[in-house]
Amino acid sequence: MPRTFPPTAAGRVVLQQAPDGSVPEIRRSTVRTGPVDVTVAIGAGIAALSLAGLMVTRLIPSANLFAFLAIAYLLFLALYSMVVLSMGHDGRMVADRLASVAAHSLAVVALAALLFVTGFTFWRGREALPHLNFFTSDMRLAGPLDPLTQGGILHAIVGTLIELTIALLITVPLGLACAVYLNESKGPLARFVRTVVEAMTALPAILGGLFILALVILTLGLTRSGLAAGLAIGVMMLPVIVRASDVVIRLVPGSLREASFALGAPRWRTAWHVVLPTARSGLTTAVLLGSARGLGETTPVLITAGFGSTLNFKLTSDPMVSLPLITFVFSRFSEPPMIARAFGAAAALLVLVLVLFGLARVFGGRPAGEVSRRVQRRRERQSRRDLARFNSRHGFAQQLGEGYGS
Amino acid sequence: MTTIVRTPAAGPENSADPARRGEPVGGGADRMFGLSLTSSGIVVLTIMGTVGLFLTLRGAGALKVAGLEFLTTQAWEPDAHNFGIATVLTGTVMIATVAIVFAVPLATGVALYISEYAPPSLRRLLINMVDLMAAIPGVVYGLWGFYLLNPSIIPLARWIASNFGWIPFLGIADSHPNDPFEPLTIYESSTFVAGIVVSLVIMPTICSVMRESFARAPIGEREGAYALGATRLGMIRSVVMPFGRGGMIGGTMLGLGRAMGETISVVMIITPVYRFQPEILRSGTNSVAALIALRFDAASPFELSALMAAGLALFALTLAVNFAASAIIVRTRSGELSGA
Repeated sequence: MPRTFPPTAAGRVVLQQAPDGSVPEIRRSTVRTGPVDVTVAIGAGIAALSLAGLMVTRLIPSANLFAFLAIAYLLFLALYSMVVLSMGHDGRMVADRLASVAAHSLAVVALAALLFVTGFTFWRGREALPHLNFFTSDMRLAGPLDPLTQGGILHAIVGTLIELTIALLITVPLGLACAVYLNESKGPLARFVRTVVEAMTALPAILGGLFILALVILTLGLTRSGLAAGLAIGVMMLPVIVRASDVVIRLVPGSLREASFALGAPRWRTAWHVVLPTARSGLTTAVLLGSARGLGETTPVLITAGFGSTLNFKLTSDPMVSLPLITFVFSRFSEPPMIARAFGAAAALLVLVLVLFGLARVFGGRPAGEVSRRVQRRRERQSRRDLARFNSRHGFAQQLGEGYGS
Repeated sequence: MTTIVRTPAAGPENSADPARRGEPVGGGADRMFGLSLTSSGIVVLTIMGTVGLFLTLRGAGALKVAGLEFLTTQAWEPDAHNFGIATVLTGTVMIATVAIVFAVPLATGVALYISEYAPPSLRRLLINMVDLMAAIPGVVYGLWGFYLLNPSIIPLARWIASNFGWIPFLGIADSHPNDPFEPLTIYESSTFVAGIVVSLVIMPTICSVMRESFARAPIGEREGAYALGATRLGMIRSVVMPFGRGGMIGGTMLGLGRAMGETISVVMIITPVYRFQPEILRSGTNSVAALIALRFDAASPFELSALMAAGLALFALTLAVNFAASAIIVRTRSGELSGA
């Protein structure tokens, strides 16, 4: 049974049997947290909170919640190490426990930051989100001071989807072809392309926007429009998709390729019928995560799309706003309804990102070659049909396929 | 006759079952296939290459006028031909430094927690959480930073400025922390606040790279350390950290590159200034990306050229950092193969 590590943003790492037949070592759990450790930690925590409460209310009454938490945390560290010392452990053990506390609390801080950021957005978006018109109308007739019962972000939602579609139409074929290229060809050019793509995954978004501004708008003479914004988003998504797909395709076992070659399939058939379907799950994840990235990009759209307040389906003329852009622009207003709309748009954007992220986890996350039950059944049916087809065409398949039909 | 040549695996990430390179069997269709794959690779390369090219072409006009003073002038008045990136470049580096100072300990802690401390059942969930943090758009972080963090950071910023003001960069020269009537806006929209928000944006990137490199520490050596009586911290320091050092450095540099390029959350938080401002707690700072985002809309053709030149400087800076980062990460990955 191959041991699998949890998937990363880029794909999934599968440890397989080494060529010499040895099975990789499986990591045992060496975590030894007994009931005593938990009791000590809880006890020190309660003591620290009480002491800090006493200090904040009696000694330094001007302190706020932040100061209270900081004092309580420092007291906890001190009390906890004293208890560990008093249990007969040495300084090494105290350092170990303190490191453990630090790792736990940093993880809590990161988790809290995630919850705070998303929760705050939805909480402040609660004023705008319940209004149906927020999703079904644009800002054509609504001014900054109009209440939330007027105007909405329909144009931004439509704009986001159109721009993302344009970007996907370009990046998915190009990105997948490039990823296949990186794996099928091992020459110096492929290595160079891979290096450049890796460096470009961290290209600042503003430069992607400036590039499209320089190339498409200033040089080719297109106006600021949805098409330009889609291209700019595509430039940002391309390296992300190439890199993630490259990692996934690399995991397709070489024996499958060779089996296909051995059956006489040319390279393109091998790539199309063996390599890509085997990596399908990971490729889906790559595209969905790339879309989530492209969806959230503000700056390329800011530079290339212009800002308008009406619903616009024309690709090559008139401004086409997106959800992140409308969030940014509305947040610069000082009128409360506009700020509420900014949070509403941000919440809608977050929902879209969460949906894409969830889809990526549902469809993806399987190692190369492993498929769901449904796909497995479909392939079995396909295989039976093939057998029947062979039988009807050539008699010889009868003997060949005896065992396979059942 | 078709011969199959066995080549060694190209890297440790390859499946244990290495692909061999055979001769193509498909004839014309296969040649077409190979050609189209190669051309897709070249197209991707061209797109990526032309980013720098077009920034250079468009920025050349302004660079010719400014010359070397482009790097040393603090003001930004392109139409008066008095402009440079001294302010924004230092601002970019300062915001990125603050971000790194906050993000690296946080990312290290989270990465160590996931790979060493978390119960195996929680690991998958936590990794998803970190990936989700990476997927949250910068504009959402910016909203949070401007509407929640910016007002609530004032007491902390004031406390730091009044107690640790003697440390370089942390003081505010003409502030009066003990004057209750002092306007508090002096502590808002500073490098400090922008840096904290950017640290949240880059933390997941750093964390993923670090976690992957920590997880690569060999099991035998981990258990060996325990068998010799090491505590968990001792094991981490003697086994996990040395194996993960390349990943830690590489991840940090990758985060640094991201932090320097981060635009929208910085624009939302800062009050832009156009002179060098070394006090990180004081309101007002700037960065290259923010400068471009704030000015491009109303820019004259010449100012646009100046902005392109500023973009080129940012491009060169981030590219250098990213290349260094990926070189470090790749080197540690290949080193793992020989060490194992």
